[in-house]
Amino acid sequence: MYPFSYTRVSDLRTAVQAGSDGGRYIAGGTTLVDLMRETVERPGKLVDISALPLREVTATKGGGLRIGALMRMAEVAAHPTVRALYAVISQALELSASAQLRNMATIGGNIMQRTRCTYFRDVTASCNRREPGTGCAAREGFNRTHAILGTSEQCVATHPSDVAVAFAALEATVHLLGPAGERTVAFSDFLLRPDNTPQREQSIRQGELITAVEVPAQPRPLRSGYVKVRDRQSYEFALTSAAVALHVRGGVIQVAKVAAGGVGTVPWKLSAVEQRLIGQRPSEALWTQAAEVAADGAQPLAHNNFKVELLKRTVERQLRVVGGTR
Amino acid sequence: MSTDPPAAEPSALSRRTFVATTVAVGGAVAAGDLVVGPSAFGAEPSTAAETGPSTRVSLVVNGRRLTVVVDNRTSLLDLLREHLGLTGSKKGCNAGACGACTVLVDGRRVNSCLTLAVRLEGAEVTTIEGLAKGERLHPLQQAFIDQDAFQCGFCTPGQIMSGVGCLKEGRTGSAEEIREWMSGNLCRCGCYVKIVRAVEQAARWK
Amino acid sequence: MSPQPQKAVGSPLSRVDGRLKVTGKAAYAVDHDIPGAVHAVVVDSSIALGRITGIDTSAAEACPGVLKVITHRNAPRLVYRDNPVSNNPRGRRLRVFQDDQVLFFGQPVAAVVATTLEAAQHAASLVEVSYEARQPTTDLAGRPGNPLLNYARGDAEAALASAEVRLDREFHLARNHHNPIEPHATIARWDGDKLTLWDKTQYVIGTQNEAAAVFGIPVENVRVISPFVGGAFGTGLRTWPHVAIAALAAREVGRPVKLALSRRQMYFTVGYRPRYEYKLRLGADRQGRVTAMAHEPTYETSNHETFWEATLFLGQMLYNVPNVSQTLRTVSLDVNTPLWMRGPGFSSTSFCIEVAMDELAHELGIDPVELRLRNEPTRDLSTGQPFSTRRLRECFRVGAREFGWDRRNPKPRSTRDGDWLIGTGVATGCYDTNRARAEAHARLDANGTAVVQSAASDAGPGTYTSMTQVAADALGLAVREVEFRLGDTLMPPAPPQGASQLMASVGSAVQDTCDKLRQQAISLAVGDRRSPLHGVNPDDVVVIGGRLQVKDQPARGETYRQLLARNNLTHLEANGLYNPEAESPYSMYAYSAVFAEVGVDVNLGLVRVRRMLSVYDAGRIISPKLADSQAVGGMVGGIGMALLEHTVTDHRDGRIVNANLADYLVPVNADIRDLRAIYLDGDDRKADPIGVKGLGELVKVGVAPAIANAVFHATGRRVHELPITAEALL
Repeated sequence: MYPFSYTRVSDLRTAVQAGSDGGRYIAGGTTLVDLMRETVERPGKLVDISALPLREVTATKGGGLRIGALMRMAEVAAHPTVRALYAVISQALELSASAQLRNMATIGGNIMQRTRCTYFRDVTASCNRREPGTGCAAREGFNRTHAILGTSEQCVATHPSDVAVAFAALEATVHLLGPAGERTVAFSDFLLRPDNTPQREQSIRQGELITAVEVPAQPRPLRSGYVKVRDRQSYEFALTSAAVALHVRGGVIQVAKVAAGGVGTVPWKLSAVEQRLIGQRPSEALWTQAAEVAADGAQPLAHNNFKVELLKRTVERQLRVVGGTR
Repeated sequence: MSTDPPAAEPSALSRRTFVATTVAVGGAVAAGDLVVGPSAFGAEPSTAAETGPSTRVSLVVNGRRLTVVVDNRTSLLDLLREHLGLTGSKKGCNAGACGACTVLVDGRRVNSCLTLAVRLEGAEVTTIEGLAKGERLHPLQQAFIDQDAFQCGFCTPGQIMSGVGCLKEGRTGSAEEIREWMSGNLCRCGCYVKIVRAVEQAARWK
Repeated sequence: MSPQPQKAVGSPLSRVDGRLKVTGKAAYAVDHDIPGAVHAVVVDSSIALGRITGIDTSAAEACPGVLKVITHRNAPRLVYRDNPVSNNPRGRRLRVFQDDQVLFFGQPVAAVVATTLEAAQHAASLVEVSYEARQPTTDLAGRPGNPLLNYARGDAEAALASAEVRLDREFHLARNHHNPIEPHATIARWDGDKLTLWDKTQYVIGTQNEAAAVFGIPVENVRVISPFVGGAFGTGLRTWPHVAIAALAAREVGRPVKLALSRRQMYFTVGYRPRYEYKLRLGADRQGRVTAMAHEPTYETSNHETFWEATLFLGQMLYNVPNVSQTLRTVSLDVNTPLWMRGPGFSSTSFCIEVAMDELAHELGIDPVELRLRNEPTRDLSTGQPFSTRRLRECFRVGAREFGWDRRNPKPRSTRDGDWLIGTGVATGCYDTNRARAEAHARLDANGTAVVQSAASDAGPGTYTSMTQVAADALGLAVREVEFRLGDTLMPPAPPQGASQLMASVGSAVQDTCDKLRQQAISLAVGDRRSPLHGVNPDDVVVIGGRLQVKDQPARGETYRQLLARNNLTHLEANGLYNPEAESPYSMYAYSAVFAEVGVDVNLGLVRVRRMLSVYDAGRIISPKLADSQAVGGMVGGIGMALLEHTVTDHRDGRIVNANLADYLVPVNADIRDLRAIYLDGDDRKADPIGVKGLGELVKVGVAPAIANAVFHATGRRVHELPITAEALL
């Protein structure tokens, strides 16, 4: 680990100032410290933001949710308002990592976390995301866990977060505070596909920090849930996952929010699936038919071809679990 | 063959005795405080502080208030193991993937390998060494013995601290729930079914 | 000599070292507090084959706290004499920092020594190594290999040609790493020309001899201390290069050096269960009698050493097969050398044989348990020897009853529970009973307590406890009055804690030692005119609860304490030995019947083990509570082998891709549900004086095939590759 200076900040203004001066924010630290130890990350100055007043969950008008960026994963998962309004967020969090890590990691840090691609984490391997222009070792290497959607010649790494999949499905917004003041970014614009600049992972500017993630209100009742498919039963990143939220009224699906994880370079919003659901009556056949388009556009690699089929089945499974009919 | 068993080597135990003594006496520092910094304790002046940017931190470890000067890079795990002589917490992966380093910080179970010590100003840390009340074991420690919930014993301190966290979190409603909420601690000897029984035993005791 | 009543042996004691382990006081290798110790960190090669053309250590050396950077350019020449007292395989072992050659990915190319761990780690990352890299060969697939061993009986080819039923299968088994939660670690301290090592090892004497061989010093100048080992599963049976590095670094900087491998390095310089390709042809008649088996296993080894493991035994002795041919090949690659991992050879081989047997059963419509019973031999066909004990039939009978096997619908894909297809499978487990020479020492003190010791190891099975039990009964003391010590080369020599031989070997030595000590006390008493036992035939005296007494006349006797006090003795002591005959007239193996029930998600292809039951014929069980843990742990290890574990090499450059515990998957708590072990009440005195047959390996053998067979039963899909993952079942 490279040496670094350390400062602790307790108010937002000081934090933003320190961040603008080249400081690197640290919240839960579970990704950053790990990657610093691997020398993937080499910040010269850490700004500890854990004391900032960003630790509230509030219900917004109409049944939305605003989650403070420094809320720990465990706190959000257990929060009664979250559980009541968005089971999918709770479930995605509780299926993440381990109880210990969920006690440490924050919501802001979770969506900022970096890929688990082992070539990215191994500083002796070539990786465009870590060192632009060095090539992508994963593309022709071992890529069983890698992305099939949103990939580029430059990078095929997945975004590892679970809760980000729920946020993507629910069309959340990210609240940012920076030297130029506050702004909000749609979740779908916040996490960036690699394209030709895989080193740029988020649309966040120097000195900006995440203050909250806001989930817009949805018509009620809303049934939602998250499924995570992995080799072992727990404590593993997803091979595939799906976040689903449905609002059914008069026997017809009025609102469908669906996204997938483990398959994309960013959490993968499944608009085509949503389109096939809206206006339809829940049925086994509908789930199958909607999930059929989940992997459209997939570009599998040598070892992850199975994810194409697995993704469809994962989405189908979760539509059935959330939508019922059996 | 000598008659006497081989002489005991200086052990971590003797170091811990030293720490306890220092703290109990108070030494040269303010009531109950223990300063760990250059040459403050241990046989050598080599300490956390001399090889990189460092910071003074006050924290409570197992009920004892300490002021330490730590290299900013030092993890809580390395602070405990290399500077405080508390080697009960183990380094299995140093990456948050095995749970052997689990301790409680402010009552919550965390991976001490991913916790920078410099960030612990004012924190309360409980390690496996601080769990028993004198000679009386914590009910989960006793349950681990009763259920034979370990073999090699290396993951055990982390399992027990994690189990204490699991009990506090109330995630002991069923064997299935315990299994899931104890999955952040790998046991390569494969004692999981007995770890679950031990947590169940301690949950009943509560 | 009157037999001692067995009170401690066979009783379900809790671990005698339990309190140390649950309080964090058990000291593993780098837990020892050695005053003045500094830290060493190894720099790994980032190529798999080639040579080092340059090393720039200036940035590393400029780091505050760095004491020395050691490379092949400044390291002293080391002796590396041949070492017969080791588990080094045939070949030329890696010699650390002795030349510029790189033989495998992750080979140590430098070591940084610094006053703090942070400084050493950072400086290690600053060492710039340049290489002239060559294309490594690391892929076993499709390579012909070098024949290592052959075996034949009968005429397998002719029998196959005329068989009524034939199977021709090829199996692929992934490389597995032992991955104990404690990484390998060593503290080295020189006192003049004497070296002390606190090391993670399953064989303190092996480490002692290897360190002496590397540095060219007398063996007695090296002391190895290893009271607790944080799991090993075989990886501690050999002394790996980091031990020499720690000792070298300590000598170079003139201070004790602490060196722990990182988890990533646990995939580089220590061993692993090799990858296998296994061709198996099997012929049988319609009644399910196997008439021929032709085995062609191939496994990987390194270019610098030829690894051997017991790959041929099972194929020769497990079933009553008249015609057998075997050709074992190794493929030499630019990799580190494998090392025995739990159930070495047997675990891999049993997957192939037992899956093939299941296929045969299915093909013939014979119940898989019944098929195995029909092929049960009456003697070991490989040697013609009778079995010391073989109760495999009973294992299957008890297992089938307890598991509820008779309720099984033999038709694959016939049982469903929601989204889960349910299947059950069975396999035979077997491992050979090994014994080796071992010594022990016991001392009985005037206060009536005893200390017994032997340079054995305890990597988890419970050596401290089981030896205490044997000693307590032989001395007629309560368990709490006996202390067993191990893990120090100053103690009487013991064999490695590997190949499941420690209990039989050291246990027998402990029994011999304690028998001698008890006899000594009895002799003293019966010859002592002041003793109530004076004149009694020594053969009529037993010791119970620390009291020597006439067997049929318990009132007549006295305690050890009284005896020693009256004779003004501070203690009695004895040395004992177990030295097994080189050639036993018996075929000695332990056996098991392994039953598994799995669920396979009908859409998602995920496999989850719902329950397992194994029944063991393992001879006498010294410590039932601990033996149960060992069995259940072996099942967990087998579940990992079957469904999760796979070390991945990127063959383009020989890099281990998943060298961490987030990507190399081992089972977690949530993967493990209902596991049950039953030991048949047994006692095999033909195997050894204490009647045990060894557990540690046996409990893993047969687990993976039982699961694979259950997956077939659940889904109708036959998988010949390990691990079995979703992609094979979608």
